[in-house]
Amino acid sequence: MKTEQLVESLVADRARSATSLSRSVARAVALGSVLSLGIFVLELGPRVDLAAAFATWRFDFKLVLVLTALLAAASACIALARPLASRSWRRGVVVLAVLAVSGLAIELMLAPAGSWGTRLVGSNARDCLKAIPVLALGPLLGLLLVLRRSAPASPILAGAASGALAAAAAAVLYAFHCFDDSPLFVLTWYPLAAVPVILLGAVVGHRLLRW
Amino acid sequence: MPDPDDLSALMRAARKGDDEAYRRLLILVAAWLRGVASRSLAAAGRPRADCEDVVQETLLAMHLKRDTWDETQPLQPWLRAIARHKLVDHLRRRGFTDHIDIDEHAETLAAPQAAEEGSALDAQQMLAGLPERQRRIVEGISIQGQTAREVGARMGLSEGAVRVALHRALRSLAEAYRRGRT
Repeated sequence: MKTEQLVESLVADRARSATSLSRSVARAVALGSVLSLGIFVLELGPRVDLAAAFATWRFDFKLVLVLTALLAAASACIALARPLASRSWRRGVVVLAVLAVSGLAIELMLAPAGSWGTRLVGSNARDCLKAIPVLALGPLLGLLLVLRRSAPASPILAGAASGALAAAAAAVLYAFHCFDDSPLFVLTWYPLAAVPVILLGAVVGHRLLRW
Repeated sequence: MPDPDDLSALMRAARKGDDEAYRRLLILVAAWLRGVASRSLAAAGRPRADCEDVVQETLLAMHLKRDTWDETQPLQPWLRAIARHKLVDHLRRRGFTDHIDIDEHAETLAAPQAAEEGSALDAQQMLAGLPERQRRIVEGISIQGQTAREVGARMGLSEGAVRVALHRALRSLAEAYRRGRT
């Protein structure tokens, strides 16, 4: 087959697909999260004092933190799914880090030193380590399937970013269940819970996202 | 018709449904790729016969992965990244592991090269490896120059079914290239 002949087939195929990458990623997270939401409703449920929690700065800060993580991970995931990754996604990570450090500093100033230990350990650490990876499975599956159509410069990194994004989506849900709102707890256990999801994404991505 | 030499504009027009712009873009890119591939293959000590296969494999990748181009960026760097990826892949499959820098071969879009006589050898075999229906659709459109509707009428399929099968066929071709089934 001559190249000029192949071109005719490519032109004839043009009408199919052509959705933007960001939209595909958003859709994958949304669809995967439907599964997570089902698990959340059946197994976890929102905390009983949700309304009261909204009035506390720690809970609100927790929400800001997980939502910022979601946006930062989403922009990393979209950038790393391209053959030529732009570096602008790093800004999101910097914002997240600044937010995390400020939250920690404020908590350490406000909370008496004697309470740091209990705040750090909380009462749900084990739940957190289990629930976030489980809630992340749906979004991760969706993301990896969508990214098969992408062209990542590094499949491992794109897979890891998918894992981070899936874990962030899971963390947003989990934040409504967990009573432990101290930044000490959130900034310790949430990232730890994300580690296996990121690793899983990297391992599967390495195999699945090659092109 | 957008500026016929502005690749980014051509791709944007193609995304909006301008088939002529897309055809023009693919032909320009093929000519550029031919230059890049033949120089890189020569640098790696590979036969020129591989050239047209690299061109076709890269065109297929560019086509199937076109959603990964960010419209706010120029098209060329994206194109170069895909070409580099495919070239490295091609050489690695043939046991060439040294670093290869296509940038020194790919500075300009000028110096396009005419198609060699003959065609991609691998593509011929891979086409033969497709399921019967997909193969007939690709041949109908590519080699006999029919439209999807004409192929459908001939084969008793709807135009939509032809397009779905065509898309599958192109993905299988890309996959066959990637796995190096030759």
